[in-house]
Amino acid sequence: MAATVVNGCDGTSEMISPNKPQDCNGKQGKLLNGKVNKYENGFVKSTHLSNGDTKWSSGGVPKMDWSAYDTFPGSFEKCTLLTAALTHVGLYILMFLGFVNQLLFKPKVATEKNREGYATLYDPFETFFSRYLYRRVRHCFNRPICSTPGAELTLKERASDDRNWSFRFTGEERRCINLGSYNYLGFAEGAGGATHAGVRAAVRRYGLALCSARAELGSTPLHQELERTTAAFLGVEAALVVGMGFGTNTLGLPGLLGAGCLALSDANNHASLILGLRLARATVRVFRHNDVRHLEQLARAAVAEGKWRKIVIVVEGVYSMEGSIVPLAAMVALKKRLNLQLYLDEAHSVGALGARGRGVTQHAGVAPADVDVLMGTFTKSFGAAGGYIAGSAKLINWIRAHGHAHTYAHSMSPPVAQQILSAMRLLDTPAGQQRVRQLKENTHYFREQLREMGVVTLGHRDSPVVPLLVYTFSKMAATVERLTAHGIATVGVGFPATPLNKARIRFCLSASHTREQLEQCVRAVRGVVAELGLAYSRARPHKRSLPA
Amino acid sequence: MILVDIYDMASWWTLVIALQVIVISTYFFWSKKKSKQYDPLCNGKAVEWNPIPIVEHDVTIEEPPLMGKIDDNVLNVGSSSFLCLDKEEYIIDGALKALDKYGVGSCGPRGFYGTIDVHLDLEERLAKFLEVEETCVYSYGFSTIASAIPSYAKKKDIIFADECVWFAIQKGIDASRSTVRYFKHNNMDDLEEMLAEAQRKRELNPRRRAFLIAEAIYFNTGEVCPLKRFVQLARKYKLRIILDESLSIGVVGKHGRGLTELLDVPRDEIDLIVGSLEHSFATIGGFCAGTHFMVEHQRLSGLGYCFSASLPPMLTQAAISALDIIESKPVILEELSEISKKLNSALSRLKHFTFRGDEISPVKHIYLKKDDLTDRLKHSYLRNITNYCMEKGVAMTVAAYLRDVEVNCPEPSIRLTSSRKLTDDTISLICSLLDEAYEKVGPKPELQPV
Ligand SMILES: Cc1ncc(COP(=O)(O)O)c(C=O)c1O
Repeated sequence: MAATVVNGCDGTSEMISPNKPQDCNGKQGKLLNGKVNKYENGFVKSTHLSNGDTKWSSGGVPKMDWSAYDTFPGSFEKCTLLTAALTHVGLYILMFLGFVNQLLFKPKVATEKNREGYATLYDPFETFFSRYLYRRVRHCFNRPICSTPGAELTLKERASDDRNWSFRFTGEERRCINLGSYNYLGFAEGAGGATHAGVRAAVRRYGLALCSARAELGSTPLHQELERTTAAFLGVEAALVVGMGFGTNTLGLPGLLGAGCLALSDANNHASLILGLRLARATVRVFRHNDVRHLEQLARAAVAEGKWRKIVIVVEGVYSMEGSIVPLAAMVALKKRLNLQLYLDEAHSVGALGARGRGVTQHAGVAPADVDVLMGTFTKSFGAAGGYIAGSAKLINWIRAHGHAHTYAHSMSPPVAQQILSAMRLLDTPAGQQRVRQLKENTHYFREQLREMGVVTLGHRDSPVVPLLVYTFSKMAATVERLTAHGIATVGVGFPATPLNKARIRFCLSASHTREQLEQCVRAVRGVVAELGLAYSRARPHKRSLPA
Repeated sequence: MILVDIYDMASWWTLVIALQVIVISTYFFWSKKKSKQYDPLCNGKAVEWNPIPIVEHDVTIEEPPLMGKIDDNVLNVGSSSFLCLDKEEYIIDGALKALDKYGVGSCGPRGFYGTIDVHLDLEERLAKFLEVEETCVYSYGFSTIASAIPSYAKKKDIIFADECVWFAIQKGIDASRSTVRYFKHNNMDDLEEMLAEAQRKRELNPRRRAFLIAEAIYFNTGEVCPLKRFVQLARKYKLRIILDESLSIGVVGKHGRGLTELLDVPRDEIDLIVGSLEHSFATIGGFCAGTHFMVEHQRLSGLGYCFSASLPPMLTQAAISALDIIESKPVILEELSEISKKLNSALSRLKHFTFRGDEISPVKHIYLKKDDLTDRLKHSYLRNITNYCMEKGVAMTVAAYLRDVEVNCPEPSIRLTSSRKLTDDTISLICSLLDEAYEKVGPKPELQPV
């Protein structure tokens, strides 16, 4: 690996825009003005020196000119001061009531027996929170279902006789339209599902589990085929699969990073990424959600420190709580300019984005090979379980040898592997492509309708995750209750998954929703919005600046 | 205090507020300024930036044997389906029915419509089976204990753990960021010394949570934890116990309830029991069992529980069916323990190998007697032996470890598992094959340890 010496501006000349000549010293700046703007659709030609050593002599590396990229971080309307204040006040009142309640009544919870003199097991605030705040909305979470989580689902109704301290089943069932499950492409199917014949055969052939790790006796031809197919699907050399998506991150990242490595991590990254980085013992710096400028600032500072072995940007494709899509083209350009590495978690985007369902790389027009590590899960779009890491053959070998999953975690269940394989193959048939298109159509329709209602939604137009901000805990619960009464199952998300005052309702669209179902949902949501006063948006519908 | 006397209350507060305003605004302007600081990469200084590539160098990995191609005509003594429930008709039928009803994936974490009635069923059945108040089911065996530990143990806490705990426990301890002390394997005197020392140094005090972590049967050694003494020590020094019963639930005890049943230790002495569905139950997943007080907590703070899709319903149904079988035919547990015992006596007659593993344990580790080899050579020798045995129709595996990541990497060994399908004949076949292979093959140094 010979070190290449680049004279700062020359090496990356194509990326300098005419309106920022001050980034370089004058002479070179002028010289360059002539040959700027070689962008095609925000896609930057690779001009950097891949993986070699880079030395920037005086003159330095110019900053990115972001005007050439789509850096739209997703729609994030700020709430009014009044709303914020009321949300906080509401929360404090709840807390105060909880506090009084705690003083007066004995909570109806199990306590620890025979452990006198031991340190208390739980953090007092956590306990307080779960008893007096979370409990009030407990009926909105963990709701049991007794059917396929498809376009519709069957809720098992629960009731509580003691203000949500405990629940009992009423014995009733309620059929609801499902806007809560991550069933983007509609592969959660009951009897007669498109993938079932294959899955049955796999169960008969291989059983339900191999009871061994991949490196020991847990590999089958099915796993190998799945890995090959996944790699081909994503357009990279190789892939490896793990039986759990969460585990793919927590067991894979430690193989890639170590002490002395820096991870630049998005503020809204999933728990599995955060845990993986912690287990890897990498230093983590957090940049503001989807903010490439902040990322650039951190990255430049880190490069200048000159002490990191690797600097890896860790981002997700679609953020499940924000509904926003990563500005991937911009990140790839940045990573190339500064010679960084990119780890992309496509849990919610693979299958759901891109003209042919290849995920956010296709959506952003980035070559898959430009992302160093592609990770994703099969739980969502493919209606299965587990996750993959894909990339160059060299990378996959490395992760097999140094990641933890291949050596220690039991291999993926054969029927699950077969489900993914069948779904992936189906996706390239006309019927499968129709699913991808349908999802997009449904997403656009639903987002459009919500926007017209004047509610605050987050994220990008193409993202199938549609969060609707309601701010307070109580409105979240009220909305979920009312929507259920209208036969719509959806989820509310609040603290700790979001900031305390940013509770939201999250709708997940699916290709299996029919227009009639969505119309019914829209009607119901409109009613609830009017009843509860959720139309917080101050932007007039037609003035919203969402990129088409 | 004098200040309060001089000024009246109101002006005292004005002062405080004014001070706050000053501090906050300076901070605000300061941070504004800072964000416009000069950019070091653009300012003349030469910067050298030599990141190592994401893949540091090429690695070759050992190709594992492909099951499914071979397991119809080989005897598998490497995978941990002790009760041989993996192709049981009853279980497969149940799973396929569940497939029709629920599809494959659950498409969401437990909080968001991923709780399916079979999950609740399984939790209830497991609780009844183990005679505990509550259980919670995870979707992956590895993540069960690796998530359970950090949901209780936090940064300021202290953990005492056996030095031979398996990798998932080590990762759980890492994730908790607690102080950790590893005591000598199964050595209760060492543990007691450590605890006494910690108490002397006030590292154990009533404000600091302290945990004892062990496995009932050790995956890495096949030895059984001296649970009675362990519990005594925990009570004496006021530590909570997290016990991994992955290899003992569905294996030992009259009803298969694990080591607590076998040694007659009351289950509420163990604060948290962690089990796996990936061994005897022959499906995927894991569970935690204990009191409401302990287990409920994980439903809000077990990372792998909250932030991962729930176990696919058909695999959940498989665990329920497996429980049906274990509950209705406890005699299969006796059969298994009989075979584990026989295996021990057969292995003790091996010419070229030593072995480790208690009589009741379903896993045994077989080591080379030859002592003058490096670990790497031993690994490749064992690997060649397993390859030889595979050709002769017996599938076994060299225990896979990440040598440089393990806290205390065990010596290379072949991990044999006993299972209900073994007979006197097959056991003696395995033993003679091992000795034969030893003589026929040698170490191949070019093979890399995994
Ligand atoms: C970004 C991201 N990564 C990983 C996961 C975990 O995947 P799984 O549910 O398959 O464990 C999720 C799931 O919610 C996710 O959103």
